[in-house]
Amino acid sequence: MTTSLADVAASATTLRAFLHGLPGVDRVGADQRAAMLGTRSIKTTAKAQAIDLAISMVDLTTLEGADTHGKVRAMCTKAMRPGGGAPRVAAVCVYPDLVAVAAETVKGSGVKVASVATAFPSGRSSLEVKVSDTALAVAAGADEIDMVIDRGAFLEGHYLKVFEEIVAVKAACGQAHLKVILETGELATYDNVRRASWLAMIAGADFIKTSTGKVAPAATLPVTLIMLEAVRDFRDATGRQVGVKPAGGIRTTKDAIKNLVLVNETAGADWLTPEWFRLGASSLLNDLLMQREKLATGRYAGPDYFTLD
Amino acid sequence: MSRLSVRKTYKLFIGGAFPRSESGRSYVVTSAKGEFVANAARASRKDARDAVVAARKAFPGWSGATPYNRGQILYRVAEMLEGRRAQFAEELGGPKKAAAERVDAAVDRLVWYAGWSDKIASVRGAANPVAGPYFNLSTPEPTGVVAVVAPADPLLGLISVIAPVIVTGNTCVVVASENAPLPAITLAEVLATSDLPGGVVNLLTGHQSELAPWLAAHMDVNGLDLGGVEDADLALKCEQEAAENLKRVFRPASEDWSLDPGLSRMTRFLETKTVWHPVGI
Repeated sequence: MTTSLADVAASATTLRAFLHGLPGVDRVGADQRAAMLGTRSIKTTAKAQAIDLAISMVDLTTLEGADTHGKVRAMCTKAMRPGGGAPRVAAVCVYPDLVAVAAETVKGSGVKVASVATAFPSGRSSLEVKVSDTALAVAAGADEIDMVIDRGAFLEGHYLKVFEEIVAVKAACGQAHLKVILETGELATYDNVRRASWLAMIAGADFIKTSTGKVAPAATLPVTLIMLEAVRDFRDATGRQVGVKPAGGIRTTKDAIKNLVLVNETAGADWLTPEWFRLGASSLLNDLLMQREKLATGRYAGPDYFTLD
Repeated sequence: MSRLSVRKTYKLFIGGAFPRSESGRSYVVTSAKGEFVANAARASRKDARDAVVAARKAFPGWSGATPYNRGQILYRVAEMLEGRRAQFAEELGGPKKAAAERVDAAVDRLVWYAGWSDKIASVRGAANPVAGPYFNLSTPEPTGVVAVVAPADPLLGLISVIAPVIVTGNTCVVVASENAPLPAITLAEVLATSDLPGGVVNLLTGHQSELAPWLAAHMDVNGLDLGGVEDADLALKCEQEAAENLKRVFRPASEDWSLDPGLSRMTRFLETKTVWHPVGI
């Protein structure tokens, strides 16, 4: 990087020049590399390790209009003790008004509470509303904030507006970690994914997250690959490490393990911890537990023997 | 000029699709005289697992369909089978007349079971007399996903084990006869074109000893028909594995498929649900 990143956001012009100066993504190459890494065979003891690692990286999520206090408490209990001796998950992810319930339930367990904020999932509201949404979640005890970027502004090319929003929300987060959701399914091109990743990281994101889970396609492997390349290059350029969280559409153990392979081969083993890589999911956890059971007992497990979620 | 022969690739039938085995394996099927007939897919335990997933997915829709609708679909299967009588007779081999009779018997068997779809509840259900102001009704309910190890009789036997399982609303994973798997896959083509929802019947070809224990041990399988297992040790092993989640296990003595089948195969994979309804409210 020739430009010092501190000056990049000095004006709309410099920001645009920087983002458009990023090398383009070879779409076919990215797709093929992701597909190739997806064919790695992870078996027996390595698979057992990968499953436990994946469980410890899960952000167990419920983001439905029908969420109740009871459902959130049940999910938190499962997050702390998934069952069968499996490790606890990394965090639970809920809407801001349910953060207090979740925080109360997981207190002292080491499970973090993440909250979506900033007019999730569309992000269509004023900056004041987004900031107060964030403040609400932080005040209720959220350790992590998942914000959405203004995709409309991003696609119109108003990068500085997106940048300033992230900075404002980051300020409202205080001690809480900030995850920036790029909603890659709406960004149209891989080049945009790379630009949005850099934009979020320069603005101070602690994590970059693929999707809200409300838009298809959500977290595809090539998109995660591009974001992992971005955090790797960003650390090389600035020395600051940023985490990655693919979310949405990861339902099977196989998907999860493909993601872990991608992390190891792209960003490196430094990212292979719950501190720097998360999997946003809800139904994935049961599949991981079922595969864990299969390895332990030698018989295929059935969903009847695992909690509903 | 002679035409290039277009040979059929015999594949598996899982979730309404015809995939090759995940393992990429196949095995040689020979005729009674030992001549090469075709290569059949040799399913692995992972194919069995995928088939169970497909069967489970199909269960809510199939068990929730009206019995009348299930009966109509089974009639439809019989109609489709009727149109392919010549093909099946050829695939069964042996004397032509005998083979044709076997196919006819298979079609008739299907029609017979299809008729039971909306009658079994009347026979197996009951309005129980109780000492109180209630209606007390017992109705038969399908048990869930049933794993069936099909008998050696490649068509009549196969139909006679599949039809009673699905007519009551169960879905099934069938391990076809190891030595004569080809009619099973041709039957799959019939099933795929007769409005039967994908996943209600899943057909695997391959080695019984490789597939049956995995299905018997699978925690998401609710019933097990060991009719086709001739090796007593294997059958015993399957029974023991099946005990883990209390599957309904059916291990019949060898059967003569030409006889009247009776209700035992249908009722074996039914559960009874009893409900109390208050009267006059």
